[in-house]
Amino acid sequence: MSDRLRTALGPLDLSAPLLTAAGCAGTGRELAAFFELSKLGAFVTPSVTLRPRAGRPTPRVTEAPSALLTAMGLPGPGIEGFLDRDLPWLAEQDVPVVVSIAGDSAEEFGELAARLRGAPGVAAIEVNVACPNVEDRGRMFSRHPRSAASVVRAARAGAAPGTPVLAKLAPDAADLANVALACVDAGADGLTLINTVEGTAIDTTTLRPTLTGVSGGLSGPAIRPIALRCVYQVHAALPDVPIVGVGGVTSGLDALEFLLAGASAVGVGTTLFHDPGAVPRILRELDEALAARRLGRVADAVGLAHKPAGYAPPLAGIDVPPPAAPAEPAGELKETLP
Amino acid sequence: MSDSPVQTSATVLTVRGVQDYHAMTLVAPAVAERFRPGQFVALAVGGDHSSRLIRRCFGVYEVKPDYGGTVEVVFADSEPGTAWLAGRRSRDKLDVLGPLGRPFRLPRDPVTCLLVGGGPGGAALFALADTLRRRGCKVHFVLGGATGRHVFGSRMAQRIGDSATVTTEDGSTGERGTVREILPRVVAETGADVVYACGPTPLLRAVTRVAAEFGLPSQVSVQEFLGRTGACGIGACMTCVLPVQGEDGVTRMVRACADGPVLRGDRVRWGDLGTIPFDALGAPRAAALPDGGAR
Repeated sequence: MSDRLRTALGPLDLSAPLLTAAGCAGTGRELAAFFELSKLGAFVTPSVTLRPRAGRPTPRVTEAPSALLTAMGLPGPGIEGFLDRDLPWLAEQDVPVVVSIAGDSAEEFGELAARLRGAPGVAAIEVNVACPNVEDRGRMFSRHPRSAASVVRAARAGAAPGTPVLAKLAPDAADLANVALACVDAGADGLTLINTVEGTAIDTTTLRPTLTGVSGGLSGPAIRPIALRCVYQVHAALPDVPIVGVGGVTSGLDALEFLLAGASAVGVGTTLFHDPGAVPRILRELDEALAARRLGRVADAVGLAHKPAGYAPPLAGIDVPPPAAPAEPAGELKETLP
Repeated sequence: MSDSPVQTSATVLTVRGVQDYHAMTLVAPAVAERFRPGQFVALAVGGDHSSRLIRRCFGVYEVKPDYGGTVEVVFADSEPGTAWLAGRRSRDKLDVLGPLGRPFRLPRDPVTCLLVGGGPGGAALFALADTLRRRGCKVHFVLGGATGRHVFGSRMAQRIGDSATVTTEDGSTGERGTVREILPRVVAETGADVVYACGPTPLLRAVTRVAAEFGLPSQVSVQEFLGRTGACGIGACMTCVLPVQGEDGVTRMVRACADGPVLRGDRVRWGDLGTIPFDALGAPRAAALPDGGAR
């Protein structure tokens, strides 16, 4: 792929602006059967918890219009199993690894980040701020600036000083920009926007909620406008903070939308369940889309939608036909003019 | 890596009605040449810009080398996604992933095998029967369903099997009764050494119990469970989990797609499907705190 696709997430240099979304790419081995993971800018792991978690019972997923509704309950092998089996394999794949971490309390986030110190192949830590805060009646950390900041601060303190920390936020917050600001103040080097949107489905045959978890997380193209709104809002408020845009990206043009809204890189999630070979296709499409708009590199596209209409790069890039010359008035009409 | 799955755009050769089901033949040579009995394919439904994101997973009925390698699947038209598939015509293209999952383990010696099928799941047993016969095994069939229209492949089973017993709950075809009721007799009559099964969960549970009573190994395909609970088919989404006891005695939530769909019947905790058993690895502890919203 061309150099056009290089991008940076703060201190992280990525060969491509495409990441997997946490929890949507398995251990990496499953996807490696369909494309080389090294094509990715970075591989983002499922959220790792302190102890092994079996997650929620089935059914864990239901189909919604252009979306999935899932309630997984963060299943995973725990940090021990992750460090033993999953991370060593990923570290050999020639792709930066972003480790997503999740916990019930700020201390757990801090402990997880500390356990990742010195582990091979960890390019960054992504803090899953959409976890339930057990000390706050199970409300998500990301609903409130102070609780979001507490987990980011703990992770930052636990992580090795050179390891970038990204904060992944859910859109269900009263003032997302404020939550984002609190995370950055607490030491986040970047933001991942967005996690799933909370939703519910009812089975009209059993007359009960479809998912055992009752509510679940909505993902897929249906939430793309919400994700774009979040990226746009937060980039407007914090233009210097790198953002990974996530939410319903299925094509190169979808990815471009996120760049234009202010993301420096884009995550793909639900699309991988539908089309495990999507990554190389989206990258090719994005490369072509940038070229067609004469955007020489990803950075030229980042946040362009915030610029006033007519700002140089976008309009100069598009092959618009030259404005037509003003039509000559019809001959006879001309003659009647004085 | 010829045993790794492929993603391919397959051409529909035919779609035809078989009893209450649909049989679809796809030209997909790369899938056909890698396929082993028990594996499945995952089809995208609704076309390129579909709003339906869950793949539909089906066992493979037959693989043939003609037309460059074809794969035939049998499915019931039970929801909009499968209805869309049933409406495909010759030369339509479908996005196919396959072959996926772990196949049936085959016996090393020419032994007597009992193949038990229920509903459209029975279709997945015919490729297995073919392979077993080529290895010199005896192949006996038991096929069951609520009515005659729910039994797939009874005529084919009679043709290729050393014996074929059909049971229906209403008695419209074969014997009246359930597979559970007649299975002990058939096991005794055929002198089966191993039992293979594919179909709805209650059938698999019954087969496992009867096999255990006779001290026989059972290999069951949880393809129907996978169809109800899975989304991706490749092991990435973790939605199709069921509790399975490992050799170390520890119960883990394993994926029906990537760790199955063929499992040892005696390892599956049938009574706990749709739950997280309290003693499973990583199960919430007794004083579990609410974890709403966690993904």
